[in-house]
Amino acid sequence: MSMKSPLGKVLGLGSAKEGTEHWWTQRVTAVAMVPLMLWFVISTLTMPSYDFAAVSAWIATPLNAVLLLLTSGTLLYHSALGTQVVIEDYVKGFAKVVTLILARFAYFALGAAAAFAILRVSLGS
Amino acid sequence: MTGVVMSIGAVALVWWLFAVASGPEAYATFLWVAGSIIGKIAIAGWLFTFYYHLCNGIRHLFWDAGRGFELTQARRSGWTVVGVSSIATVPSWLVAFL
Repeated sequence: MSMKSPLGKVLGLGSAKEGTEHWWTQRVTAVAMVPLMLWFVISTLTMPSYDFAAVSAWIATPLNAVLLLLTSGTLLYHSALGTQVVIEDYVKGFAKVVTLILARFAYFALGAAAAFAILRVSLGS
Repeated sequence: MTGVVMSIGAVALVWWLFAVASGPEAYATFLWVAGSIIGKIAIAGWLFTFYYHLCNGIRHLFWDAGRGFELTQARRSGWTVVGVSSIATVPSWLVAFL
């Protein structure tokens, strides 16, 4: 057994803060998406019709609307985390910072667009 | 790599929802693009990529939990991913395009 105090063990190892949060959230969103995306892919594949009225009615069902909000939110969150890692790994210098910020803006825009679209179709314009 | 392809698919998904919310004309444009040759190739590609990414993601989650690191296990799970995603893709293509 180590005689070091808990503080002594971590001193000098660097900042922890939210170091594991990105990695952990990526896993949690991945687990959440196993049922959500399977539901989405199977439901949309087996839709009897893709015409406007049929798709609007499908989105407007309360259960589908809630599941769509969860699916698109989780998907975009997971996608944003993954894209961030790709940018961090492959873009260098100042361009990296700019690309990271632009990607984050784009994901927020996509999330807002998806949420608004689902709510508008399900709650009526 | 497959994550990048899936991210493009996520943008298409948002476009689909937004087109429905924007009305019949915007949705007709979406349907036209989705029904074009390029749209069909994209959908076919996304379906396989989806199942592959899903299966390989589950494989990675097991690795994250510290399981399946033996070389024989890793080889077997790798081929399982290829097999299961291929087997899932074929009926999906049939439902989507027939």
